[in-house]
Amino acid sequence: MSNLLIDREPEVPVAPAPGLTAAGRAARRTRFLNWVAVHSLALAAALFFVLPFVFVFLTALMSDQQALTRDLWPDTWHWENLRTVWDTPGFLTWWKNTILYAGLGTVLTLVSSIPVAYALARFKFRGRNFAMLLVISTMMLPPQVVIVPMYLFWAKQLHLSGTLWPLIIPMAFTDAFSIFLLRQFLLTIPKEYVDAAKVDGCGDLKALLRIVLPMAKPAVAAVALFQFFSCWNDYFGPQIYASENPAAWTLSYGLESFKGAHHTNWNLTMAATLLVMAPVIILFFFAQKAFIEGVTLTGVKG
Amino acid sequence: MTIISVGLLRKRRRERLRNLAFLSPWLIGVSVFFLYPLLSTVYFSFMKYDGFTPPTWVGLKNWTYVFSDYPFFWPALRNTLWLVIVMVSLRVLFGLGIGLLITKVKTGAGFFRTAFYLPYLAPPVAATMAFAFLLNPGTGPVNNILGSLGLPQPGWFNDPHWSKPALTLLALWGIGDLMVIFMASLLDVPMDQYEAASLDGAGWWQRFRFVTMPNIQPIVLFAVITGVIQTMQYYTQPLVAGKVASGVIGGSGQQFEPGYPEKSTLTLPQLVYHLGFQRFDTGGACVIALVLFALAMVFTAFLMRRGSGFLATDD
Repeated sequence: MSNLLIDREPEVPVAPAPGLTAAGRAARRTRFLNWVAVHSLALAAALFFVLPFVFVFLTALMSDQQALTRDLWPDTWHWENLRTVWDTPGFLTWWKNTILYAGLGTVLTLVSSIPVAYALARFKFRGRNFAMLLVISTMMLPPQVVIVPMYLFWAKQLHLSGTLWPLIIPMAFTDAFSIFLLRQFLLTIPKEYVDAAKVDGCGDLKALLRIVLPMAKPAVAAVALFQFFSCWNDYFGPQIYASENPAAWTLSYGLESFKGAHHTNWNLTMAATLLVMAPVIILFFFAQKAFIEGVTLTGVKG
Repeated sequence: MTIISVGLLRKRRRERLRNLAFLSPWLIGVSVFFLYPLLSTVYFSFMKYDGFTPPTWVGLKNWTYVFSDYPFFWPALRNTLWLVIVMVSLRVLFGLGIGLLITKVKTGAGFFRTAFYLPYLAPPVAATMAFAFLLNPGTGPVNNILGSLGLPQPGWFNDPHWSKPALTLLALWGIGDLMVIFMASLLDVPMDQYEAASLDGAGWWQRFRFVTMPNIQPIVLFAVITGVIQTMQYYTQPLVAGKVASGVIGGSGQQFEPGYPEKSTLTLPQLVYHLGFQRFDTGGACVIALVLFALAMVFTAFLMRRGSGFLATDD
């Protein structure tokens, strides 16, 4: 699973060569035509996936006027557009808020979810299957199902609306998807390791921290990334709790209102879009493996 | 009582305490942030409450209002049905196609996989803004290209007949997660089954039908059901697309009638926000939330019955 995105041994296409039997030539020709067909199809698909990024990038670097025309290629490259967006009042605050929300949220999720996932994977107790059912149910529920009382709770009782705390604090009390993902992985670790540690006098917590966690590093990394991005991408949460206070907006929420502030300026809007997309894409190139492992963990091992 | 059984009792008690300690973050979380608000949602669905004056009991009034008088409810449910049927099935088919394609690619596989995967990671708001620009009818690059090819140029997010197909296109762009799941399961199909089928003279389609499909069927089902559950939660993309296309300025205090154009991008989660947070009708919002809850539970139950592997433990 580790190298799904990394190139396998490349197979060089072989054109039909003279000096072979008729059958051999035919087989080679089919193989060659097959190669051509597969790769042209892949190229066409790649255009569909890559071109939106390209057009966003090109428009982000056009002048105000040109962005309103049907041109696809910038006459002159306005790199200063990125600077303009960066210096827009609020933009830097949104960054800080997003990093606070995503960073703190991820750490809290990991600290709270790992022991729970371990207990659900390893300990025997009554109601364990029911607990797992509840985890999956909460994971599948749209956040809107409980949002009205949750908002009233945070806003009317704790007076924390206009901040990101109503989004961050619950993560100190686990996240269903993270529990699920971690548990699926922990199930694959042979329990003989833990038994051996216990014979040597290790307690449960010590065994989890010293033996299991180091083996579960890929799953922990995957969960951390997924949680980080779900906070990074969250629009609904900040809209509910932070919308009244622009100083608490995040990138995802602020970006949309940015389009409002720069109504006709598609170039600046696309420059902002690019700046919001960039960190995710950069992080992907550093942590491909963890991403892929996380995605496959949810589906294939399900 | 013998000494041994006392020791056993003590061990049991210690184990129970340990279990509680390990599970406590979740026990607190699920009670405070799930069970309590869920019960409150049921309670508020029978109350008239605007968030300021104290709630009063109104019986089934909120329910009858939502089902018979709230003009957004049925269009939202119809749209969800449309999205479930068209968007989910296209996503699964396209994801499977891309998954098959990528397992056949020999040269530059790393490039292709990265290219197919990356859009999945684009933040939904950014991706939607990008598509609102790409598909904008006047100056957008897509209609620009369609025009120069002599093809019709749809109104996309500004045309009620094209807004859902435009959202579908956006959803197909972010197919990366499904591609990876399908690719991994396709690579797991035992090679000797293909060889045996080939020896029996099976062609491409027969190999796919009788070897590939039975092997990947659980994954296809998983993709369909999780797709349906995701569609129940579909919120950010239709809302942002509607706002950007209609030219409504976003931000705080801005009233936006959801579903632009002509209610064609309404989804149920948007109604919870619209009723509860823009029209301060807490009761009505809770009714919609419970409808959403019921729908999500039906599909989750189905997923868990079919995918019993979720609950499997190794003892």
